[in-house]
Amino acid sequence: MTESNLWTDGNALAGPLQDVFSVDVTAATARCANCGRVGTIAETRLFDHAPGMVARCPTCDQVMLRLVRGPGRAWLDLRGLTYLQVAVPDDA
Amino acid sequence: MARAAVLGRLSWRAAQVRQVRDESATARTLVLEVPSWPGHLPGQHVDVRLTAEDGYSTQRSYSIASAPDGARVELTVERLEDGEVSPYLTDVLQPGDPLELRGPIGGWFVWRPEEPAPTLLTGGGSGVVPLMAMIRTRIARGSGTPMRLIYSTRGPDTLLYHEELQRLGDQDPALRVDLVYTRRAPTGWEGKVGRLGAAQLAALAWPPADRPASFVCGPTSFVEAVANLLIDQGHDPQRIKTERFGPSGS
Repeated sequence: MTESNLWTDGNALAGPLQDVFSVDVTAATARCANCGRVGTIAETRLFDHAPGMVARCPTCDQVMLRLVRGPGRAWLDLRGLTYLQVAVPDDA
Repeated sequence: MARAAVLGRLSWRAAQVRQVRDESATARTLVLEVPSWPGHLPGQHVDVRLTAEDGYSTQRSYSIASAPDGARVELTVERLEDGEVSPYLTDVLQPGDPLELRGPIGGWFVWRPEEPAPTLLTGGGSGVVPLMAMIRTRIARGSGTPMRLIYSTRGPDTLLYHEELQRLGDQDPALRVDLVYTRRAPTGWEGKVGRLGAAQLAALAWPPADRPASFVCGPTSFVEAVANLLIDQGHDPQRIKTERFGPSGS
């Protein structure tokens, strides 16, 4: 599937994730739980032609993040990453 | 301002169309006034939401084309033939009409005017839009950062911002604009016609030793090809930022 071009990238998650978080998660750094690649969420491969949004590791294709919206709620599955490093100002 | 890491929840804003400007046969710029717009960084986008009378609602993301300028925000929208949103924005919307949007969104694919490194912008099709915001911001802020734009488009009929790019490129020795025509060239064009290849990219880009900051935006296949070429040519992958907008062909 990733051989096709039916994907965009994690930049497009910025708005949907800001429904849930008060920081821009696409600029945050994540470590892939499968291959250990460290990179920003913006650089993931995003498959959004589905009921939810699925972000895969650009190196190994592991599903890193899934976001599904329903009426009045959102489900977020982050099993595919081992951490998220978020820039937070010290005075926040 | 988007510079701060803590942004808070995004809220939908009621914008008003002030002006529309045709950029090509299929692309139009919407000049919007967005009350209490907090400002943006070039490269950021907005979500636009359309709601039908029956309550059906759908949204799309569009890159901001303009430099920060108070409440004024410009979007350039390419009409997709099978699109659900873009034909309304390019064909129906008129000055005075309201439009619902939220933003600015995205903190990674952004250029900061204090960036000192030479900056390479490579755009395919309407992928030039956020890159144009970077060029316009650089000029508005009087930044001395040297910039090069490599802009790949199908032909003269699909070229966006032609006059402005030509004028800016002529006026400003620190800005270079190179066009790549993939299918049709204008009469008198002396360059080749075809996709941006390795040799051409190497000739037009800053050498890797200059450690340029690179921004690549366009259809997924274009971005993949250009980013891979840059890495093959010795550019640091950490200095290449990409934004892909899916399968639309260029």
